[in-house]
Amino acid sequence: MNTIEVNNRAELFSPQVREEIDLWVAKYPAEWKQSAVMAALRIVQDANGGWLTTELMNDVAAYLDMAPIAVYEVATFYSMYELKPVGKHKICICTNVSCMINNSDRVVDHLEDRLGIKLGQTTEDGRFTLKEVECLGACGGAPMMQIGKQYYENLTPEIIDSILEGLE
Amino acid sequence: MVNEVCLRTLDLDRPWLLEQYQSRGGYEMLTRILKEKTPPEEIIEEVKKSGLRGRGGAGFPTGLKWSFISRNAPGQKYVVCNSDEGEPGTFKDRDILRYNPHQLVEGMIIAGYAIGATQGYNYIRGEFWEPYERFEAALKEAREAGFLGENLLGSGFDFELYSHLGGGAYVCGEETALLESIEGKKGQPRFKPPFPAHFGLYGRPTIINNTESLASIPMILKEGGPWFADIGVKNSGGSKLFSISGNLNNPGVFEIPMGTPFSELLEMAGGVKGGRKLKAVIPGGSSAPVIPGEQMMDLTMDYDAIAEAGSMLGSGAVIVLDDTNCMVKVLERMSYFYHEESCGQCTPCREGTGWLYRVVSRIENGQGRQEDLDLLNDVAARIGGRTICALGDAAAGPVAGMLKHFRDEFQYHIDHKKCLVGAG
Ligand SMILES: Cc1cc2nc3c(=O)[nH]c(=O)nc-3n(C[C@H](O)[C@H](O)[C@H](O)COP(=O)(O)O)c2cc1C
Ligand code: SF4
Ligand code: FES
Repeated sequence: MNTIEVNNRAELFSPQVREEIDLWVAKYPAEWKQSAVMAALRIVQDANGGWLTTELMNDVAAYLDMAPIAVYEVATFYSMYELKPVGKHKICICTNVSCMINNSDRVVDHLEDRLGIKLGQTTEDGRFTLKEVECLGACGGAPMMQIGKQYYENLTPEIIDSILEGLE
Repeated sequence: MVNEVCLRTLDLDRPWLLEQYQSRGGYEMLTRILKEKTPPEEIIEEVKKSGLRGRGGAGFPTGLKWSFISRNAPGQKYVVCNSDEGEPGTFKDRDILRYNPHQLVEGMIIAGYAIGATQGYNYIRGEFWEPYERFEAALKEAREAGFLGENLLGSGFDFELYSHLGGGAYVCGEETALLESIEGKKGQPRFKPPFPAHFGLYGRPTIINNTESLASIPMILKEGGPWFADIGVKNSGGSKLFSISGNLNNPGVFEIPMGTPFSELLEMAGGVKGGRKLKAVIPGGSSAPVIPGEQMMDLTMDYDAIAEAGSMLGSGAVIVLDDTNCMVKVLERMSYFYHEESCGQCTPCREGTGWLYRVVSRIENGQGRQEDLDLLNDVAARIGGRTICALGDAAAGPVAGMLKHFRDEFQYHIDHKKCLVGAG
């Protein structure tokens, strides 16, 4: 396997990021550092304003003794990794069946109108990205969306407005 | 008769805390097992007697699954919990993680003891941050209390348990894709056999169970297998968490005995919103064939009754549709989902899900042709049973039911290039 030789592992990432990744590495058998790749990508992505550069993925590969291609495969397979810049607040709107029949269209329309962008786009000031997602396992609160780590349920245009106004 | 097993502490103020869980006898079963050194075979026997069937969707008997592991084979074995909860309509494991995480922890430790595993992982879907934090906090408390780590309560039995966070991929709920994902790979299902009981996580013997299955274990052992079995009905032991959503006044998660009439569940969920007419119900997650509302009102919520009606109980995700819904649009959205989430390994699934979506979509958009109806059935039939994992079947599953029960709506779309219902 083509792993990247590193002499400077201790210089990859910030000390906090390294510490967090190491906590995950410790959960798995010593010969399975690779198991921490999903966590590492998430941590690195969060520390980089919500998206992953090729360089960061290469660093993760080096840090976990993986082939870069194996890291790219993971980063492209899972929908929570972003390979392009995203807004400070990534708004993920569920449009799957339970949300759809509870007017998730209205949630999408309202956010698109208010932010002046379409699903998949980011506002010019870099504050918001709108993303359509599949069922987030909160169908009892349909229609719903996720911003950052937080779920917001039983949405109406008014509730959405107050949520957006509460964000920095 | 509600909330007897997994949600039995829901009425407490902060049921996720160790002290509150223990106020209701939490960890007593584990303590007794460790103190008395209960023979593992006895535990597995009790789980078999309970009639507990896997709550993740497939309904495989849990006790039987555990008995496939050769307990005394040397080397590491694993207990893996499936908290990926991605089947559209399902949102019950989230509540177990948020409100009763300790019961899951206790269940996983007991499972480890029963199969001779000293290590467990709980695979939690990546979006579930709040549930993950609750579960992590429970792990910390359990560790500090001596329920996790080495030599638990002086018994000589070690058990360590960690969470693994997913990254947003429905297919990772499939058990072997989930194992690949813990191994740090993309989540593509493995060929079976070998089954995880022989070749599982890191190539070691592994049991994988759903959150609800594992969280049921402490109560099954405490009250006895027959107690659990008797809550439910024949072939469907116990109570079950139903996630009921859709056009309802009070959607939510309800833990009720298996065999409860659907009409009662609907009533708990506040009935159809706005007093509208019940049109149809998808009784077991989006891959379960749809059942017309009238027929559903006569059914009970258990494996056999739902199967006899031509559908499946699955994960207990009940989606209720009122008469404003266009079934073509509903099927279009479901087909889109499976197409998006296919991992692409098998040609029938990769190509077939794309075909299904495109054909339903053109019918929905007024470009359907008469032959499309047969084409849909044909494509669905060609996917079913010809793939590595059950995602292909899940995609094909809803098609025949929709065309059987709501053919007139599809026909209307084709003939009039618009919707019969008007809302679509
Ligand atoms: C595409 C697909 C998705 C699945 N998603 C889940 C899931 O989110 N949670 C779950 O417990 N089981 C899921 N399953 C079922 C698992 O493969 C497996 O049967 C289950 O976790 C076993 O646990 P149980 O016997 O306790 O139900 C899924 C299966 C398939 C084919
Ligand atoms: S059936 Fe579909 S999701 Fe499952 S392995 Fe095959 S291509 Fe992947
Ligand atoms: S359908 Fe939207 S959260 Fe499940």
